[in-house]
Amino acid sequence: MTYLIREVRKSMRRIIVTIFLVIISFLLQCTIFYRISFSGMVPNIMLILTVSTGLLYGQKPGLYTGFFCGLLLDLFFFRFIGFNALVYMYIGFGNGSLAGKFFPDDIKLPLGLIVISDLVYSFATYFFLYLLRGDFAIRDYMLHTIIPEMVYTVLISVLYYPLILFTEKWIQRYETRGAAENV
Amino acid sequence: MSPIVRRKKERFHLQPKYSLLILTVLCVFIMSVTITTEMEHTYINKVLGAVFVPFQKGLTDIGSFCINRVEELQQIRVLLDRNEELEAKVDDLNLKLVQYQQERYELTALRELYELDDDYSEYKKIGARIIGGGSSNWNNYFIIDKGSDQGLLMNMNVLAGEGLVGRIDEVGPNWSKVVSIVDDSSNVSGKILSTGDNLIVSGNLLLLDSGYIEFSQLKDTDNLVVVGDKVVTSNISDKYLPGILIGYINNIQTDSNHLTKSGYLTPAVDFEHIEEVLVITTLKQADFNTD
Repeated sequence: MTYLIREVRKSMRRIIVTIFLVIISFLLQCTIFYRISFSGMVPNIMLILTVSTGLLYGQKPGLYTGFFCGLLLDLFFFRFIGFNALVYMYIGFGNGSLAGKFFPDDIKLPLGLIVISDLVYSFATYFFLYLLRGDFAIRDYMLHTIIPEMVYTVLISVLYYPLILFTEKWIQRYETRGAAENV
Repeated sequence: MSPIVRRKKERFHLQPKYSLLILTVLCVFIMSVTITTEMEHTYINKVLGAVFVPFQKGLTDIGSFCINRVEELQQIRVLLDRNEELEAKVDDLNLKLVQYQQERYELTALRELYELDDDYSEYKKIGARIIGGGSSNWNNYFIIDKGSDQGLLMNMNVLAGEGLVGRIDEVGPNWSKVVSIVDDSSNVSGKILSTGDNLIVSGNLLLLDSGYIEFSQLKDTDNLVVVGDKVVTSNISDKYLPGILIGYINNIQTDSNHLTKSGYLTPAVDFEHIEEVLVITTLKQADFNTD
């Protein structure tokens, strides 16, 4: 029984911190970054959070974080609901598959994965919302939206990924301390 | 392996791939429902409004404050020079004003004569602030801080200054989602004010930076439309009230079919810098019914 309670507490702490991060990222993205956007470009902070959560915690946290990040965007900024939730969820799941296979303190691999994930997100959006409507100007969209967003997102993630890594370390320290007390 | 694995200590554990499958089905289901129906998710909107809107208001204030201070510092020198120029201009304009006032009296008299008083300046309007937006670079939706509590409804028209911004797409208790006319999926039926020719104004993501919006389907066989002509919303639009200024013709060319013309127009609203908007609380449909 005590084992069960400790397990639940452990996951609760992670869940609460992640919910908190999702809300903070959403608010930052749609208020402050929207106000200070360069030529209308906004960095995709929700994507950085989804990728990092997947990489640090695994498939399941990754896919749930992605799902809720996407759902928030859908509810506030899209005409129909579910598309972003779906794409973000798969990105979180995919990155979650790589969890535990690399050393998270080295920022190079996460940055590479953020670039790839942002491209995946952009191409999925282009394909389903633009190409299927008969809009074939992929080169223009690359130059106008996809590449600027990618560059901006990577620049911001250099600052934002360490922050998420820090919260993960903080939880871990808290957990090991709690475990030591419980022994 | 079965989807539900029984772990020791009696905890049910759903494997990630099955969570993924269930949520995928859920997403596809919600998507198909929200695409096909125009459902209003009132309860979700209430919760969202309570959780996010206060923070969005605060953070937008902080963001605007920083931007405004930076811009102020940059512009002080420019403004001092401009001030001198403008003061000279004021004297000049004061003279002209008198002349125009006289013409205005004449205009009001003529308007009364023609009963042209359904000018949109007489619609009831509510002011609102933009508190969030731009969460995706692929569309142009934003959030304002007024909602159904203030009497807003879906499809109400949104203005900034004297130009059309867009219409309300969804309403929560204290927030609304606005889709702007520069959004890639937006199409507005308009007409040239001088000639009365109809055209379609459509948003285009690729033109967003350049500050133009596209128009097409203009039938102008007599070549009367010229650059600089005013474009307003037309009477045949089912969501936009007639006679609201959209913008000015900037560039015009004949289509390859030699029947219609298309080109770019400069919107009357500066979409990069809007902070406050006006919502017209008269609906096109309601207006039509009372008539």
